[in-house]
Amino acid sequence: MAAILELEGVCAHYGRIQALRDVSLHVGEGEIVTIIGANGAGKSTTLMTICGIVRASKGDVRYQGASILDKRADELPALGLCQVPEGRRIFPRLTVQENLDMGAFLRRDADGIAADLGMVFRLFPVLFERRKQHGGTLSGGEQQMLAIARAFMGRPKMLLLDEPSLGLSPMISQHIFRIIRNVNEESGVTILLVEQNANMALKLADRAYVMETGAVVLEDTAAALRENADIKKAYLGQ
Amino acid sequence: MDYLFQQLINGLTLGGVYALVALGYTMVYGIISLINFAHGEIFAAGGYLGVILLSYMASQGVMDNHPWFGLAFALILAMGYCAMLAMAVEKVAYKPLRSSSRLSVLLSALGMSIFLQNGLMLTQGVYDKAYPTEFTHGGFEWLGVRVSFMQIGILAVTGLLLVLLNALVFKTRIGKAMRATSQDKVMSALVGIHSDKVISTTFAIGAALAAAAGIMVGLYYGSVRYDMGFVPGIKAFAAAVLGGIGNITGAMIGGLIIGMVEILAAAYIPHGGEYKDVFAFVILIGVLYFMPTGIMGENVDDTRV
Ligand SMILES: Nc1ncnc2c1ncn2[C@@H]1O[C@H](COP(=O)(O)OP(=O)(O)O)[C@@H](O)[C@H]1O
Ligand SMILES: [Mg+2]
Repeated sequence: MAAILELEGVCAHYGRIQALRDVSLHVGEGEIVTIIGANGAGKSTTLMTICGIVRASKGDVRYQGASILDKRADELPALGLCQVPEGRRIFPRLTVQENLDMGAFLRRDADGIAADLGMVFRLFPVLFERRKQHGGTLSGGEQQMLAIARAFMGRPKMLLLDEPSLGLSPMISQHIFRIIRNVNEESGVTILLVEQNANMALKLADRAYVMETGAVVLEDTAAALRENADIKKAYLGQ
Repeated sequence: MDYLFQQLINGLTLGGVYALVALGYTMVYGIISLINFAHGEIFAAGGYLGVILLSYMASQGVMDNHPWFGLAFALILAMGYCAMLAMAVEKVAYKPLRSSSRLSVLLSALGMSIFLQNGLMLTQGVYDKAYPTEFTHGGFEWLGVRVSFMQIGILAVTGLLLVLLNALVFKTRIGKAMRATSQDKVMSALVGIHSDKVISTTFAIGAALAAAAGIMVGLYYGSVRYDMGFVPGIKAFAAAVLGGIGNITGAMIGGLIIGMVEILAAAYIPHGGEYKDVFAFVILIGVLYFMPTGIMGENVDDTRV
């Protein structure tokens, strides 16, 4: 399986604090890969470094075979690399519709955009009902749906998701995980999923990485990690 | 009664001009949290470019034969020139400081203001420059109120620009990108918005409006001077704060209020004309003291950029 994304020895700093230490990982085309780890382990920093928001101080990030370290963050969505960041980051004073428009900011294919808009409204009917409301007025679950829908509007080849279930009820989390699985199976979108909820993430994913204090400490298939005694104790609450 | 009506029209005219200038302050603040002190100088540059272009066209007879064409031409050229000037200022004085403290950028803006004002003085001289106003004569009486064609023209142009700006900010792709960038720069980058370009465009739009205002002030008062940007600049800034800095609708409303108050105070308060410049500042202080977020401040509505 060809890797769509590869990180090789990536380090990143916030000022003098080192947040990533030699992180290496890869994601194959069409895979669902998850990164689990405690708060502060460096999961979000990893996604932000991939997207060029945080600059890698060492190492390389390759997407579809080419290094993307020299690209600006805003050039990546055009390559099909999109992120649903931690905390959702809905534009609070844009309407739901405008938030979705922003997801398709770089696209010029009006027909395709209209079709995708219909698709996300079918996936999340509540967004259609609320399309004229400001993003900031939505509930947490609705905002998460909007954040995912906004990313879909960019027609990603690869989607980075940062804790999509955070703060959501189990029912809504499951709905969102189902949609992630569907978009992977039906549209072949590659998924890199960061989760605190290791239980759900390991059920969804093909493979997983475990991060601790800025470094990858374990990598395996998700099925194997679910049976791993240490993981069970530390992350699955068993 | 007629007198009041006359003053209301004058207030509307002046307020519209303040609104145009206030928009530049508020939009730039909305997008990079900078009080752009050099904005008043862009307004002055617009006024000067207007007088240069109009005088030349007057000397060539254009203003006698096609005054409206001449005015539109001067307006558009000055707006374009000032847009480019403001983009250059942003690139030289603000962009390199994007990750510095807000104070550094503020000082850079102050320096830019002094630099531009002195530049105007050195190239254009220290004396007032008279606008060619022969073609602005004429007008009519309406319900006992004298309205000059010039005033109508200023009101019409101001109204048109305000409507166009609203459409730009709230309906177009670049307008949406401006609002998104002001609300969350990281997220806008993640959807593919190049924030440097959006910031530059914001400066350009604000400057174009200020340039138009500069020409209209020149026409209205009949002359321009190198330091003409200072007082109207601060008044427009007061208008932006009054409306709720960062808020587009607020800047328009704030501009109209400041203009109205200034004219009415001059007309009705004994010796009001002598201190007409004071009222804007009284309002500014009052707003900062009693409602620091302004009329359309936070949580009131959606029109912050
Ligand atoms: N903007 C920031 N400035 C400074 N330190 C940060 C910033 N963001 C994260 N960190 C630090 O970097 C480390 C990794 O954080 P993060 O990537 O957010 O972890 P996770 O997503 O796994 O919870 C933590 O120690 C955190 O305190
Ligand atoms: Mg995180």
